[in-house]
Amino acid sequence: MSDFAQHLINGIASGTIYALVALGYTMVYGVLKLINFAHGDVMMVGCYMGYAVAQSLGGDDASSFLGVLLVFSVAMAGCGLVGFLVERFGYRPLREKPRLTALITSIGISFTLSYGFQLDMGFLPGAAPRAFPEIIRPHELFVVGDYDIVIWNWQVISFAIAIVMMLGLQFLVYRTRFGRAMRAVSFDPKTAGLMGIATDRVISGTFILGSSLAACAGLLYAIKDTAVQPMMGLYVGLKAFVAAVIGGIGHVPGAVVGGLLLGLIEEFVVGYTASTWRDAVAFGFLIVVLLGRPEGLFGKAVAEKV
Amino acid sequence: MSREWIKGPLPVLVVLPILSVLTYATTDMPFFIYLASITGVNVILAVSLNIVNGITGQFSIGHAGFMAVGAYAAGYFSRALAGVQLVFLPEVVSDQVIFLVAVVFGGMLAALFGFLVGLPSLRLRGDYLAIVTLGFGEIIRVFLQNTEALGRALGLRGIPQRSSLLAVWMAAFLTILVARRIVSSSHGRSLLAIREDEVAAEAMGVDTTGYKVRAFVVSSFFAGVAGALFAHFVPIINPSSFTFVKSMEIVVMIVAGGLGSTTGAVLTAIILTLLPEQLRTVLTSGAEGTDLAQRVDQLRMPIYGATLVALMLLRPQGLFGTRELWDLWPRSQPKASDP
Amino acid sequence: MSALRLISDSLKSNRPKGAGSRPLVLCLGLGMALVVACQKKPGEGASEASPERAEVSKTGAGQAVHSGQAATAGAGAGAEAAAAEKPASDSAAAALGAPEGGDVILLGEVGSLTGAQATFGISTRNGIELAIRDINEKGGVRGKKLAVRVYDNQGKPEESANAMTRLIAQDKVVLILGEVASTNSLAMAPKAQASQVPMISPSSTNPKVTEVGDYIFRVCFIDPFQGFVMAKFARDHLKATSAAILKDQKSDYSIGLTEVFTEQFTKLGGKVVSTEAYAQGDTDFRAQLTAIRRTKPDVLYIPGYYTDVGLIARQAKQLGVKSVLLGSDGWESAKLFELGGTAIEGSYLSNHYAMNDPSPAAKAFREKYKAAYGATPDSLAALGYDAAMVAADALARAKDLSGPSVRDAIAATKDFPGVAGRISLNDKRNAVKPAVVLKVGNGTLEYVTTIQPDA
Repeated sequence: MSDFAQHLINGIASGTIYALVALGYTMVYGVLKLINFAHGDVMMVGCYMGYAVAQSLGGDDASSFLGVLLVFSVAMAGCGLVGFLVERFGYRPLREKPRLTALITSIGISFTLSYGFQLDMGFLPGAAPRAFPEIIRPHELFVVGDYDIVIWNWQVISFAIAIVMMLGLQFLVYRTRFGRAMRAVSFDPKTAGLMGIATDRVISGTFILGSSLAACAGLLYAIKDTAVQPMMGLYVGLKAFVAAVIGGIGHVPGAVVGGLLLGLIEEFVVGYTASTWRDAVAFGFLIVVLLGRPEGLFGKAVAEKV
Repeated sequence: MSREWIKGPLPVLVVLPILSVLTYATTDMPFFIYLASITGVNVILAVSLNIVNGITGQFSIGHAGFMAVGAYAAGYFSRALAGVQLVFLPEVVSDQVIFLVAVVFGGMLAALFGFLVGLPSLRLRGDYLAIVTLGFGEIIRVFLQNTEALGRALGLRGIPQRSSLLAVWMAAFLTILVARRIVSSSHGRSLLAIREDEVAAEAMGVDTTGYKVRAFVVSSFFAGVAGALFAHFVPIINPSSFTFVKSMEIVVMIVAGGLGSTTGAVLTAIILTLLPEQLRTVLTSGAEGTDLAQRVDQLRMPIYGATLVALMLLRPQGLFGTRELWDLWPRSQPKASDP
Repeated sequence: MSALRLISDSLKSNRPKGAGSRPLVLCLGLGMALVVACQKKPGEGASEASPERAEVSKTGAGQAVHSGQAATAGAGAGAEAAAAEKPASDSAAAALGAPEGGDVILLGEVGSLTGAQATFGISTRNGIELAIRDINEKGGVRGKKLAVRVYDNQGKPEESANAMTRLIAQDKVVLILGEVASTNSLAMAPKAQASQVPMISPSSTNPKVTEVGDYIFRVCFIDPFQGFVMAKFARDHLKATSAAILKDQKSDYSIGLTEVFTEQFTKLGGKVVSTEAYAQGDTDFRAQLTAIRRTKPDVLYIPGYYTDVGLIARQAKQLGVKSVLLGSDGWESAKLFELGGTAIEGSYLSNHYAMNDPSPAAKAFREKYKAAYGATPDSLAALGYDAAMVAADALARAKDLSGPSVRDAIAATKDFPGVAGRISLNDKRNAVKPAVVLKVGNGTLEYVTTIQPDA
């Protein structure tokens, strides 16, 4: 029983990360109808930014409240900039082109980032993994028996951040002017443009928002699993995409639910059945969802506009 | 017309002796054979992927998965029958017959997988297909890693090395031939219609899902054939030869060559196979060059990525666009209408 | 090309429409022409390599006649030698440490100098390079200098086989050193066996490698022994009665060790209570560790690579796994301490040699290596050094330089003083040598004990 509880905690902890990354996917897809393949790699870049800041602050400073705040804000702002640049110079010129061109571009950006960071020249870090400093000093919040069930402080912090982000995003999308503009662009970019909405600015804003969310997710991921390395974005990104599809792509709470669900499924499959199949679980699940309910758990089936 | 009947098999009849002579002439050049074989395999992969990505306008990025299916299926088949000789045939001929059957078997199994993967995902929009094919490639890899009979992470060993220059390039030629003939057939028109505008094509009565699945199956078949050939000239095949990176290399080949251009795919496949090889040979031949070679090798993937981005931004149609090599040839007569 | 044009023209007249087979033939011809054109280069590259290439090729041809080597090798030899004698530019750096013009014995090496496993390949190459330099300083072998031709395989089996073909058919090497990864060695071994060129793997531990044939050797112990060492250590020194295993499903090395450990530990009276798996590159191992925790094993055996092990140790500690962690030679890296932090301290691993081995040979090797490459040598470098030394020793003892003679000389290696332990080759062509058990301390690996084979 205690194992079940522990698996539940583990699963929610990894699901939280998927959920946060999935939020970015879902937003970008919502506005641009583009699978931003480079999203996971933007997350990786955010991790390295956070790593650099934390390293230069040094042990005690980095783990102070202000230090942590600085690490997060630099990484999130930096990633927002990266996201902005990617959209401005990578995707915007292709907006009138067939959608595949943008998809190929995003794969290209993903490759350039993840393999470019493996080079060890100049500021690039090289392929070897780095240990992320413990900026949130880990301590147990809740222990049952002899570590039968254990919850760590960072697990709670991550979960809280994910929920706050989701609620904030939900508020932004449905209760603010910017959100209304986003929804309008998502519904029909051309008409939205004609109605006086600055489409380009809305799309840029969405990318900045999604990318800084990714940076936040990346830092929480690094705090959870220690290792920072150039290929980390690929799998997390793909799994987060699966999570977004499960929840219904374009749907904010759906992405969070999808992420948590995926985290839990992986955890239980590995913990109770064959641990050798972990990497296949997410994709198998994706195929099942696409077969049965391609619009996802919460999405609405939409006929393609002509 | 009395000459009509020969139109189908003629190209094969022309190429077969050329390749046979070439194969015969190069028997003492193992390194050449290897290089030519690996190039041939990449040509098959690029041209076959182009059927889906270029001609039909879908986007598959799990081609290495189908290659793996073909390689393992044919390799396992050949290995199981390694000691068998068909009674009515001499050994050499019997080996080649079994090899041929193995290759076709590998292709068929890959085609079956293509059908199974394509059916659910091709009902959806193209970008879903991208993810599903990627996921499929991963599932295949995990499956291979977990299956005792297929050697798990160590890979499959002891496959009889029966491939030859003739076999690989004949298969490459047939792939090119099929790809070209598909384009000029009525099926091809439907595929092109899907590429240009799926909704309009459907409105015109094209069975879009049906055609997409068909294209996908043909493409997977040839990927399987490529894998099967690969398994017969490489002494050991293991899951790490068929990763996402391999799929991406093929994608880069066809995107650079021009999505939809068969000859473009052939040309870039050849260049992108031989160029890194040559660079490495030149650089690693010196002691001091090793570090440089390593650097060049590391740079290969980011350069591929950057190439994709640059191509999409500057020349989204690739080097040749949807045109073929000979469309660039100046000619006096009005050319056959471009698809 | 004109023939192709002719064919294509005739096709054009046959066909009512332009598109179709004519361009196809053209395109195929162009493709093949490109392949041929590019192929020319390596041949030229080889011929321009250095004057001694011609010498080597001639020796190769002479040998083939002399010892009745495989027919193909003999047949190709004449042409190769002729090609190599063409006037050449003087990029003599092609063969490592080769003096210009002098008599040399050419060895071959295949290693992953680029790609994901590059660190392994480069360590090994450095070790081999150092050995060759040492040997040549002492006057070489049989009055000739040694030289090594290295080919990169990018860590891929198909490239390894290709490199073997080039070393054997084109460079006519007398002996081949390589590879680290067993998959690559297994791709190379059949080629060496078929053309009777002896091959010495420095550090492939999978038993299947030397089973390929009697021309394949190695200077390290094999997985069954390494698994045995840890099982024995766990039972005898740690008095463990139950063990769990966390294996890397992506590596044959890890799977092999898991099997052996399970077998040996059970044989010695212990019980393996749980076996879980992960895939190289994973970062979250909590599901597996929670499942392992349930079985409360005394020791947790993790035969894997340092990149994953460090993270596993951290997460095991977080989840309150109390078992002692045991590992294998894949743990050895400075990165282990960074990734594992304090969680990894107090774990044990088996290895080929101890970095702080006090024996004079090992000490001298460490100093020379440090002077040459500015780093402390790891096991792979030490084994690379030993492999080259064993090769040189065998070449000196061999009756002549033909494949069978060299093979016999290598097989007769006994009590050879390597820097990573004394090497005696048994009838299965594997090195019989002790393994060391090291304890992970604060940033160092401390020597604990040596476990002898068949003890």
